Amino acid sequence: MRLSEIVKILQAEVLVPADMERDVLTACGADLMSDVLTFSKERTLLLTGLTTPQVVRTAEIIDLAGIVFVRGKRPGPEVLELARAQGLPLMLTRFPMYESCGLLFQAGLGGCMLGRGAGHEP
Amino acid sequence: MAEVPAMSHDPSYDLKIPVIGHDFLRAGEAASRIKKVLQALNLPPQVIRRASISAYEAEMNIIIHAYRGQLALKVTPDALTLVAEDEGPGIQDIDLAMQEGYSTAPDEIREMGFGAGMGLPNIKKSADKLTITSTVGQGTRLEIVIRIS
Repeated sequence: MRLSEIVKILQAEVLVPADMERDVLTACGADLMSDVLTFSKERTLLLTGLTTPQVVRTAEIIDLAGIVFVRGKRPGPEVLELARAQGLPLMLTRFPMYESCGLLFQAGLGGCMLGRGAGHEP
Repeated sequence: MAEVPAMSHDPSYDLKIPVIGHDFLRAGEAASRIKKVLQALNLPPQVIRRASISAYEAEMNIIIHAYRGQLALKVTPDALTLVAEDEGPGIQDIDLAMQEGYSTAPDEIREMGFGAGMGLPNIKKSADKLTITSTVGQGTRLEIVIRIS
C-alpha cells in the first residue's frame, strides 16, 4: 500500500513529507520501542502514540517506511527535524490507535505476523 | 556523515563510542553511527539489522541504568563483535534480567517506549552469542557476537 493511500484512509496530516508513492508492506501499532525492534519487518509502517525522538531513532535503526502518530498527538520540532534529516515520512491522524490500525487492515494492509490484511484468503 | 572504513586494505575494523548515562537527547546516536559503519562495510542486510538492534538496545541500557559506558565494535571477515561496557549499578540477578518483561527501569523511561524488560532478551535473539558479566555496584559488560558468513 502506498503512503499516499495511507494518508487518505487515515485522513492524515503529512508532517514530514518524503516519497509518498513509497510502498509499505506491513504495519505495526506499538508504544513500546523494544516491541517494534523485535517484531517489525522491512518497509513497515509504525503507528504509535509516542512522540519522543526515540521513535524516529527506532525507525532509523530498522529502516521503517514511515510513522503515523495516532489520536492527534503532535511531536515537537526536534522530532520533525530528526525525521527530515533521515528522509523519514511522518504523518498525524486524529483517529485513535485501534481505529487507525483497523482502517488500514480493512483496506488490505497486513501486519507483521499474519502478514495480510482483510480481503485476502487465509 | 558515515565514517567509511578503509576496507580494501584492512579487513578488520575497530570503533569505540562513549555513551553517557541519562543522556536521553542523544540516545540512539551510537547505534546509528554503528549502523552507518556496517552499511559502509557492505555487510549483509540481516547482519546489519541484527547488529543495529543489539547496539541500540545495549546503548539504551547504558543510558537508562548506568553512569557512563561505551560501545565498541570490532569487525573481522567472519564475525562482528559488539562490546557494551558500563560503570553503573550492575545487575543483581542476570537470569531474572534475561526474562522477557522483567525490568527495573523507572516509569519515566517507560513513557519513552523503553524499559519494558525486552532489551536483553532482544539482544539475545539478535545475537549468535551473548555473554553478560556484571558486578553489583561496579558495572556490566555485554559481549555480542554476530557471525557474518
